[in-house]
Amino acid sequence: MMDAHLLVERPRFRLDLKIRVVPGEVVALLGPAGAGKTTALRVLAGLARPSGGHILLDGAAVHARPSEQRPFGMVCQDPLLFPHMSALRNVAFGPRCRGATRAEARRAATAWLRHVGLGDHLRDMPGDLSAGQAQRVALARSLAVRPRVLLLDEPLAALDPDTRLPVRARLRDHLSGFTGACILVTHDPVDAMALADRLIVIEDGHLVQEGTPSEVARHPRTDHVARLVGLNLYRGEARGHDVSIDGLPPDGFNGRGLTLNVTEDLNGPVFVAFPPSAVTLHPARPEGSPRNMWQGTVEGIERHGDRIRVHLDGPITASADLTAAAVADLGLSLGQKVWAAIRATETHAYPARSRE
Amino acid sequence: MRVFTATRRRSRDTGHSALHDGAGGVPVILMVPAAIGLAFLVLPLAGLLVRAPWGTLAARLTAPRTLEALRLSLVTSTAATAACLLAGVPLAWMLARVAFRGRRVVRALVTVPLVLPPVVGGVALLLALGPGGLAGPWLSTLGVTLPSTSAAVVIAEAFVAMPFLVICVEGSLRTTDTRIEEAAAILGASRWTVFRRVTLPLVAPGVAAGAVLCWARALGEFGATVTFAGNFPGRTQTMPLAVYLALESDPEAAVALSLVLLLVCVAVLACLRGRWVNVA
Repeated sequence: MMDAHLLVERPRFRLDLKIRVVPGEVVALLGPAGAGKTTALRVLAGLARPSGGHILLDGAAVHARPSEQRPFGMVCQDPLLFPHMSALRNVAFGPRCRGATRAEARRAATAWLRHVGLGDHLRDMPGDLSAGQAQRVALARSLAVRPRVLLLDEPLAALDPDTRLPVRARLRDHLSGFTGACILVTHDPVDAMALADRLIVIEDGHLVQEGTPSEVARHPRTDHVARLVGLNLYRGEARGHDVSIDGLPPDGFNGRGLTLNVTEDLNGPVFVAFPPSAVTLHPARPEGSPRNMWQGTVEGIERHGDRIRVHLDGPITASADLTAAAVADLGLSLGQKVWAAIRATETHAYPARSRE
Repeated sequence: MRVFTATRRRSRDTGHSALHDGAGGVPVILMVPAAIGLAFLVLPLAGLLVRAPWGTLAARLTAPRTLEALRLSLVTSTAATAACLLAGVPLAWMLARVAFRGRRVVRALVTVPLVLPPVVGGVALLLALGPGGLAGPWLSTLGVTLPSTSAAVVIAEAFVAMPFLVICVEGSLRTTDTRIEEAAAILGASRWTVFRRVTLPLVAPGVAAGAVLCWARALGEFGATVTFAGNFPGRTQTMPLAVYLALESDPEAAVALSLVLLLVCVAVLACLRGRWVNVA
């Protein structure tokens, strides 16, 4: 278990954050730009000097040790691969530094590259890899030193949307063999929802909220958290691209349950998440493309910054973020019945991990 | 340093110049001075080629004294470059990576030999390492007398040429992404391993460019060498010294020797061209 108290005092910035993670847990550190997320990771990794606090791993202090003697791994937004080494040598670098023989290191590196699906790219130089492949090499490189705590600093942020989706979907698989704790820094709530067991939301260097993704999403404590993690999140049973949402009576909605169409191809229990900003509202049943739609009742209308959040009741409770103009166009009022629609490409489905 | 990063931008530069050419002629007010500048740089070299004693060139260049000077020049400038690499790369690393007090002062000090008249450098070296110099007593107890030895030539050349290397390598270090080094540290690499296996390979082009510049500067060194090491054939008389001396007694020999130096410089430029200098 890692127990850290990170204290950083700079002229116009103060970070004061306590983080505890247990092996096997994925904690997402979420917050706006400048909140101190990356600083927190850099202090953990030994790259930035804290003003105080401590970092304890199973009771042993590691905060006085230099980076190379901390049992941490780190993957940043950019893969930061060694450009003069092949993928294999990049991944073998860590084990070599930590005392493995050349043959052992190569064997481990080959295994990790296969694990992230790059078994055919062992000899490729970083310059010849795609952004997504390079990021997977970076992940394999970090995992190859078997860190106790893996630090992921916006690992998907630099990827273009087309690459991002498959990499995110597979990041969970890649982390599946990893027994250590994982701290994921992100400003993207979908990344956090998809990957984390627990969220820690920080603003201005301080913790503002902590909890499971669904808790935080359901009960945001600040406007920012609401906007940040105010995702619509549902549990369901997936069969291919269709997810039937749990907890609905089989004939509760137009004689059947609600089925959402998603981009991911999954089977078994899953979560489906989509941001309120992706939900569109319509006065009548929309014609044409959107396949995911349902009728709901306006339960609440409130302002979040420059957006207006509409709470809907119905087969599922959902939030939609609209502009003031859209709200006026629809003439929304409490108790009104509207149609909500969401495109499959705006949803994100991921396996519901069974917690031990 | 700009020279050395130019190739990376070459494709884009070409695109731009094509655009400007299409936009209509070059203003005369720029073209005339440009032509004068070019002529000023090229004419002396042409003069050297025209006045070269081509008939007796082979005989002159294979004369023992010439060969001796050439050998001494090549050996001392290579030794000076090696010394500069050993001390200059770590110095550049310190300047680029370690935030110590007085770093700006140190950086200024490093560039002093670059602007200092070489003769003054030679005088300074005499006062520091000469018989009556600061380190003189210490050196004489060790039984070392530097002036008028080939070692003194190496020292004089290294003194004048090292800033070229340090500036080149420091520039290279500053433009590399330090986060790659941090990544290596987190993977368990000690600072020395990071330097050896990550930093050095990353700045290798800069080190090579710096070494070539440093070597060329050492090869052409005159003032500090003649002041500190003296002018003794076989021991301290390098090519530039031989050229200067020959000019007094046998101008044609001076031209021949100059041609050799010119050839060496052109060869160095040709080596650099492909990677670091945007000549095309």
